Amino acid sequence: MTLLLATEVPTRLVRLAPVDVVIVVFYFALVLAIGWYLKGRSNTGEDFFMAGREMTAWVAGLSFLSANLGALELMGWAGSAYQYGILATHWYWIGAIPAMLFLALVMMPFYYISKTHSVPGYLKLRFGEPSRALSAVSFAFMTVLMSGVNMFAMAKVMQIVLGWDINFSIWVSSLTVAIYVTLGGLRSAIFNEVLQFFLIWAGALLIPILGLYEAGGWTNLKLQIAQRASDQYVHLWSGLGSFSNNPMGINWVGIVFGLGAIISMGYWTTDFLVVQRILAAKDIRSAEMAPIIGAAFKMFVPIIVILPGLIGLAVLPEKLVPESVAAITGGHSYNDVLPLMLARYCGPGLLGLGVTALIAGFMSGMAGNVSAFTTVWTYDIYRPFFNSKASDHHYVNMGRWTTIIGVLISVGTAYLVMQFASIMDYVQALFSFFIAPLFGTVVLGMLWKRATGAGGFWGLLCGTLSSIGMWAWVKVDPSALRYVALSPHAKGLAQDMFQALWSFIVCVIVTVLVSLATKPLPDSALNGLVYGLTEVPSIGDVPFYQKPLFWAGVVTVVFLILNIIFW
Amino acid sequence: MISIWFFIGISLAINGALILAAGIYQLVNPPANPGVVLFNLHAGVWWGAALLVFGLIYCFKFAPGRQS
Repeated sequence: MTLLLATEVPTRLVRLAPVDVVIVVFYFALVLAIGWYLKGRSNTGEDFFMAGREMTAWVAGLSFLSANLGALELMGWAGSAYQYGILATHWYWIGAIPAMLFLALVMMPFYYISKTHSVPGYLKLRFGEPSRALSAVSFAFMTVLMSGVNMFAMAKVMQIVLGWDINFSIWVSSLTVAIYVTLGGLRSAIFNEVLQFFLIWAGALLIPILGLYEAGGWTNLKLQIAQRASDQYVHLWSGLGSFSNNPMGINWVGIVFGLGAIISMGYWTTDFLVVQRILAAKDIRSAEMAPIIGAAFKMFVPIIVILPGLIGLAVLPEKLVPESVAAITGGHSYNDVLPLMLARYCGPGLLGLGVTALIAGFMSGMAGNVSAFTTVWTYDIYRPFFNSKASDHHYVNMGRWTTIIGVLISVGTAYLVMQFASIMDYVQALFSFFIAPLFGTVVLGMLWKRATGAGGFWGLLCGTLSSIGMWAWVKVDPSALRYVALSPHAKGLAQDMFQALWSFIVCVIVTVLVSLATKPLPDSALNGLVYGLTEVPSIGDVPFYQKPLFWAGVVTVVFLILNIIFW
Repeated sequence: MISIWFFIGISLAINGALILAAGIYQLVNPPANPGVVLFNLHAGVWWGAALLVFGLIYCFKFAPGRQS
């Protein structure tokens, strides 16, 4: 506590009471205790990198969701809800639910049956070493850089919200993550992610409850938003007929095909950071149920993310502004809306829990990055290219050291971003280049047996290069956005959607053309990897209410009803 | 092996107890300037109590001694 107080600086949004500090310190003690408890259970490669493949559907599913539910995600999308209204919900519904169900019912059987330890590992089995190398190196490089960028951004938030010193935030959080992941491996990361899931709900759910009470209910909230902003801020689909009819500057084609069909599919089905959690499931039924459980909870995350942003739009007396304006005027930016709402409603104790939820969100996101990086480095880069004949014990030790080194690289990146802020934009852009083409490569590999190794590699490479090319084109000439996004009224977010769509199409076309021009792989080499040549093991003789297909249907119905209600 | 749900129960119960205690203290000794909107609802009391009950149920249900 003395250390906490000693590192405070005068500027802050909220001031913690002693009970709040106790709650934050208790969280750090608990995650370290969990890591210490699990240290004796991560002695083999399967234990350290795959959590022993013994997670239940609930643990794997909540961890799968939590790995994505970082603090910056929470604050960023609450800010987007303030800026764009309920349209931000698309990133939680059509931008997640169909992809999660597709992963569960279509892709997971192939990942699970192949017994791969990673997404690049599947590419090795399906397309050969070049595709794995391209995917593994890009993923490992981007993951630690993203972790560093997030670390700096979180430390900055802690400085603004709590007045904490940036160095203090960076080192305390990163060392804590390094300790518990090094001790307990993926199992420790997963346990803490599930804990974080509960803390986030416990810390954030009070804001929409009290906010709706203050606003006078949902109907009154909509009226107040319509008065202060626009009626379009509370409609999901009705303003998406054209780019100029909604605050986001995007149309339904970008949302449905760019976000729903490509970006979210790419992220939720091929980003190893989230898929790794499902691969740790104990059996095929759990592996299929886990993303469905994640999808069911994902549908309700807007309650604690989007709703606070909308309530802020209605009840906050001050007008929030973009970051660039806030930096000049000294006002609060859109991204401050969640901490502002926290400070508005939460007194001593509740404030500590809310701050703990933000810290927990950041740390579990970082643990997710580090554990995924460790697995890909050890199994997909170090073992095939540097030392293929070492013992299992050697690889576990390599994993532990890689965890520490990965955290240190992240810390280094955070300090680099501190010196050169523009790096943050470049790293975030770089990460997006790989998602859409990777989805094209993996899904063609799973569903089209004629796809060859050369086709997979060149499709992935050309798709990625096309994405980089479009990004550079718009960077050099911003007016080029009208060509990339097909409209002069398109705004920044539309670029991401259409860039993903085009790079996916390039990847698919190149993969198909090169595959047709090269020698097909024999069926015997594709057994267990491709639809039509793989016998999916039965989930057992279970009642209908325990079948993944039944619950996927339930989630789909709820998803459709929610979209209609908020149309 | 201790269940993850037990750790979650511990976390919710202790956080709930701390929040409840802080809420009761503010209920008994209301500050002149509460600093939060809707202070009259005393959210810390009922939210802390809810977390405490939820956490204790998890602690009891998933206690190490009760696991097979």
